[in-house]
Amino acid sequence: MTEGVTTLSAAAPLARPILSRDDWIMRWGMLVLGVWLSVAVVLPLYTLLSKGLEDHAGRFVGLANFAEFFATPVLFNSIYNSLTIAIISTVITITLAFVYAYALTRSCMPGKGIFKGIAMVPILAPSLLPAISLVYLFGNQGMIKGVLMGETIYGPIGIVMGEVFWTFPHALIIIITALSMADARLYEAAESLGTSKLRTFFTVTLPGARYGVISACFVVFTLVITDFGVPKVIGGQYNVLATDVYKQVIGQQNFQMGAVVGMVLLVPAVLAFIADRIIQRKQVALISARAVPYHPKPKTRFDMAMMGFCCVVGFMILGIIAVDAFASFIQLWPYNLTLTLYNYDFDLRDGGGWASYRNSIVMASYTAVIGTVIIFAGAYLVEKIRGFTVIRSLVQFMCIIPLAVPGLVLGLAYIFFFNHPDNPLEFVYGTMAILVICTVTHFYTVSHLTATTALKQMDPEFEAVSMSLKVPFYKTFWRVTVPVCVPAILDISIYLFVNAMTTVSAVVFIYSADTTLASVAVLNMDDAGEVASAAAMGMMIVCTSAGVRVLHALLTRGIARASQAWRVR
Amino acid sequence: MVTQETPAGSGNQRTRYLKIENITKKFGDFVALQDISLDIYKGEFICFLGPSGCGKTTLLRAIAGLDIQTSGRIEQGGKDISNLPAAERNFGIVFQSYALFPNLTVSKNVGYGLVNRRMGKAAIGERVAELLDLVGLSDQGSKYPAQLSGGEQQRVALARALATSPGLLLLDEPLSALDAKVRVFLRQEIKALHRRLGVTTIMVTHDQEEALTMADRIVVMNQGTIEQVGTPIEIYRNPMNRCVGDFVGIMNCLSGVVTGAASVRVGAMEFDCANGVGGLTEGQAVTVCLRPEEIAVRGVASGGANSFEARISRLEFLGSFYRATLEAERLGDMKITADFSINEVRDLTLDEGATIQIALPGEHIRIFAEA
Repeated sequence: MTEGVTTLSAAAPLARPILSRDDWIMRWGMLVLGVWLSVAVVLPLYTLLSKGLEDHAGRFVGLANFAEFFATPVLFNSIYNSLTIAIISTVITITLAFVYAYALTRSCMPGKGIFKGIAMVPILAPSLLPAISLVYLFGNQGMIKGVLMGETIYGPIGIVMGEVFWTFPHALIIIITALSMADARLYEAAESLGTSKLRTFFTVTLPGARYGVISACFVVFTLVITDFGVPKVIGGQYNVLATDVYKQVIGQQNFQMGAVVGMVLLVPAVLAFIADRIIQRKQVALISARAVPYHPKPKTRFDMAMMGFCCVVGFMILGIIAVDAFASFIQLWPYNLTLTLYNYDFDLRDGGGWASYRNSIVMASYTAVIGTVIIFAGAYLVEKIRGFTVIRSLVQFMCIIPLAVPGLVLGLAYIFFFNHPDNPLEFVYGTMAILVICTVTHFYTVSHLTATTALKQMDPEFEAVSMSLKVPFYKTFWRVTVPVCVPAILDISIYLFVNAMTTVSAVVFIYSADTTLASVAVLNMDDAGEVASAAAMGMMIVCTSAGVRVLHALLTRGIARASQAWRVR
Repeated sequence: MVTQETPAGSGNQRTRYLKIENITKKFGDFVALQDISLDIYKGEFICFLGPSGCGKTTLLRAIAGLDIQTSGRIEQGGKDISNLPAAERNFGIVFQSYALFPNLTVSKNVGYGLVNRRMGKAAIGERVAELLDLVGLSDQGSKYPAQLSGGEQQRVALARALATSPGLLLLDEPLSALDAKVRVFLRQEIKALHRRLGVTTIMVTHDQEEALTMADRIVVMNQGTIEQVGTPIEIYRNPMNRCVGDFVGIMNCLSGVVTGAASVRVGAMEFDCANGVGGLTEGQAVTVCLRPEEIAVRGVASGGANSFEARISRLEFLGSFYRATLEAERLGDMKITADFSINEVRDLTLDEGATIQIALPGEHIRIFAEA
C-alpha cells in the first residue's frame, strides 16, 4: 500500500461492539458462577486461613499457633509420618499399577475386561473399608495374623496396605491412558534396527508413558497424604496429619490448631498440584495424529506371566472386599461364626442407622443432579463466552482450586465459614444443602475437566452458525451441545454419585444429627466398636455404587445404540 | 487507489452493497488487518485470496461480526453495521469444517434457522424441500451428516446458510477439506447456485485456481493488506507487483537493470518490453517477470527479438503439458521455467539436454522495481 494510507487510519473510528442478548446472558451467567464459586471455594478457604492466625477468643495472634504446632513434637512428628506413608504407598501403588496396566495394554492375555473391572472395585468403597478388612485379616484376632511375623497391623504397615488398595485404581486409570497412546511405528523402527526388548522398553515405552506415570505419582501421593479413613481405623498410635486435624477439631474442639494442621496438610497437596500442572503443560501432543495404534502380538510365556500377576493382584482386591462381606454376615468373629443378618440391623447400633444410608442416597442423588448441571453449564460458559476475559480467567482458576484442597481442609473451612454467626448463609449449616454444596465443590475440578474436554471436541463454529441463523445460544446448547455431550454428562454424574456415596473426609465435619451419612456411619460404628456393622454398612455402599455403575453402563450402551446413526467414532 | 476501482467490464451502474472503510484488526501487538478498504457490489462473487496468515479469514470474520475489527467502518446495504453483534447482521456462513449439527438430520440442519422465525411447520417443510432440491440432495433429508460424504455435507451446510435468504453469503475455505475431484465439481455447483440466486457472495480461499475459476473479482491479500483487486483475467495478466504475480499462477522472476524507456538487461541479454518500464529510470534494479506459458519456442528464428539459445535441463510431464527448466549461457545462473504443449514437444522433438532457440515476447514481459 502507499504511504498515504497510514494517515487515513488515524481517522478511522474505533469499534465499540454492541453486546448481543446472548452476550449479556452469558456474562450474567458467568457472574453467577463466579459468586457461587466464591462462596463455595474461595471465602471458606479464606476464613480457614484467617482462623489459623487467631486465638480461642478470635483475637489476631499472628503466627503464634504455628509456633505452637512446631514446638509440639507429637504434632510435628505427624509431618514426618505422613510423608513416609505417602512416599512408600506411592512407590508400591505405582509399581503394581504400572505392571497391571502394562498387562492390560501390551499383552495378549485373556480376560482383560474382567481384570480391568476387578481393578476398579476399590473406587466403589470408602477408604475405611479396606482398613476394616485388614483388621479382620491381620488384627489382634486376625485370620492370617501369622503372615506379619509378629509385626502389628495397627500402624504404618496397615496404613500403607490400605492406601495401596484404595489408590490402586486411580493410578491404574492414568497409566492405562498413558500406555495406550503408543505409536506402533516406533516399535517397528526399534525392531527393524535390531533393538533388544529391554532396550526398547527403556527407550520407547517408558519415555512415552513418563508423563502419565509422573501424574499418577502426584495423584496417589496427594490421595494418601490427605486420606483420613485408613489411618483413622488402622493407624493405632501412629499419628498422621489427616487424623490430627480430626482429633484436634472433633476430639479436642481446638479449632485454631485444627486450622493450622489443615494448612500444613494443604502445603504438600498444593505443591503436588502445582508440580503436576507444570509437567502437564510440558506434555504437548506426544502422539501425532498420524500415529499408528500399537497392537500387541501374542507371546505365550510373557502373556501367561502377566496374567499370573493380574490374578494375584485381582485376588487380593477381591479378597479384601470378600473379607469385609464375610465379616458383615457372621455373628461374632472369631468366637461365633454363624451366618446372620444381625449386623445389618443398623437401627440397633450407635452411629446413624438406616436413616444414614437413606441420607447418603439422597445426598448422592442431589450431588449428581445439581452438580452435573452446575459443572457442565459452567464449563460451557467458560469455554464459549466471548470477551469478558478477566472474569473468565478468574472463574476458570476457581474451577481448578478444589483439586488442590484436601477434603478434610474443605470440610473444616466450611465449619468456619458457614457456622459463623455473622454469615447470612448460616441457615444452610447442618442441612442437607451444605453437604451437597460441599461434595459438589470437593469433586468439582475433575468433573469440570471432563466437561471441558468433551466441549473442546465439538466444532467451535457451532455457535457462529447459530448466530448467523439468529438462534439464541441456549437453544443450540439444548438441541445440540447437550445431546452430543450426553456420554460425558453421564460420566460426570456417575463420578459425583459414587464419590458422594464413599466420601468421608469433607462431610465428617459438617453432617448433623439429621443428616448422618452412610460413610460417616461406617466411621462412627467402627469407633464405637461395632466393627461388623461398620463392615456391613461398607458393603451397602459398595453394592449401591456398583449397582449405579451397572445402571450407568447399561444406560451408556443404550444411548450409544440409539445415537449410533449420527455419532462418529 | 486500487481498491476503489469499479469492477472491470461493468459499464452499467451497479449498486454498492458492502462498504468496508479503513478496517484495522489487532490481536495484542499483532496487526492482522491494516487499514483495509473495499467496496463490494450487489450480486458479486468475490474471492479473498492469499497465503495462510494474510488476514483473509480475519476480514471475513470482521464482516460477519464474529471477531469485530479494532477500528474502521463497515456498511451493508447502506446501514452501518460496524458495531453490531453477529446475531443482528444479515449473512449466512459456511465453514471448512461444515459445522453441521451431528445429532440433527439433514432436514433439521437445513431448517435450523427457520424454526426460530415463527414459520408454520408446513412452510418450513416446504422451504427445506426447496433448498435440498436446490443443492441436489432431495432424497437425503432424513439422513444424519455422518452418513453423507464430505461433498454432500458441504452442500447441506450451503443449504442451511441459504435457508433464511440472507443478503450476504460468506464461505470460509468451503472446499479445502474435500478431495480434488469433489472440489472441482462443487466449485461448479456453487458457481451455478450463485448465478441462480444472485446473492452477494464472499469466499475465502488460498487456492488460486479456485479463485480464478469462481470469482467475479479477486481480492489478493498479503500480510494484512490488500495487494490488488480485479477480475481474474486482470489479476493474472496484469499483476500489480511481483507478490501477486508470484502467488497467482507461476511466474519467472529474473533480476535485471533498466537500460532505456522500453528495454532491460538480464545477464548478458537485452530485452525489449512493449509495455515500457513503468517510468523507472535507467540503471534502476528491477525484477523482470514472465509467465512460463508465454515463452515462445515454435518458429523462433535465431537473432529475432528477445531470442536466445537455451538448454533444457529438465523436462517434467504434467499430463496436459510439459514443464521445462531452461538454462542459458547468456542469463548466467538464472533458470527459466517454461510450459510447452504436448504438440510443441512432439513436433520439435524437445527432450532433456536438447538446445533450443526461445524468445521472451516483449508484450508479455512485466517489469517491477526491485524492493
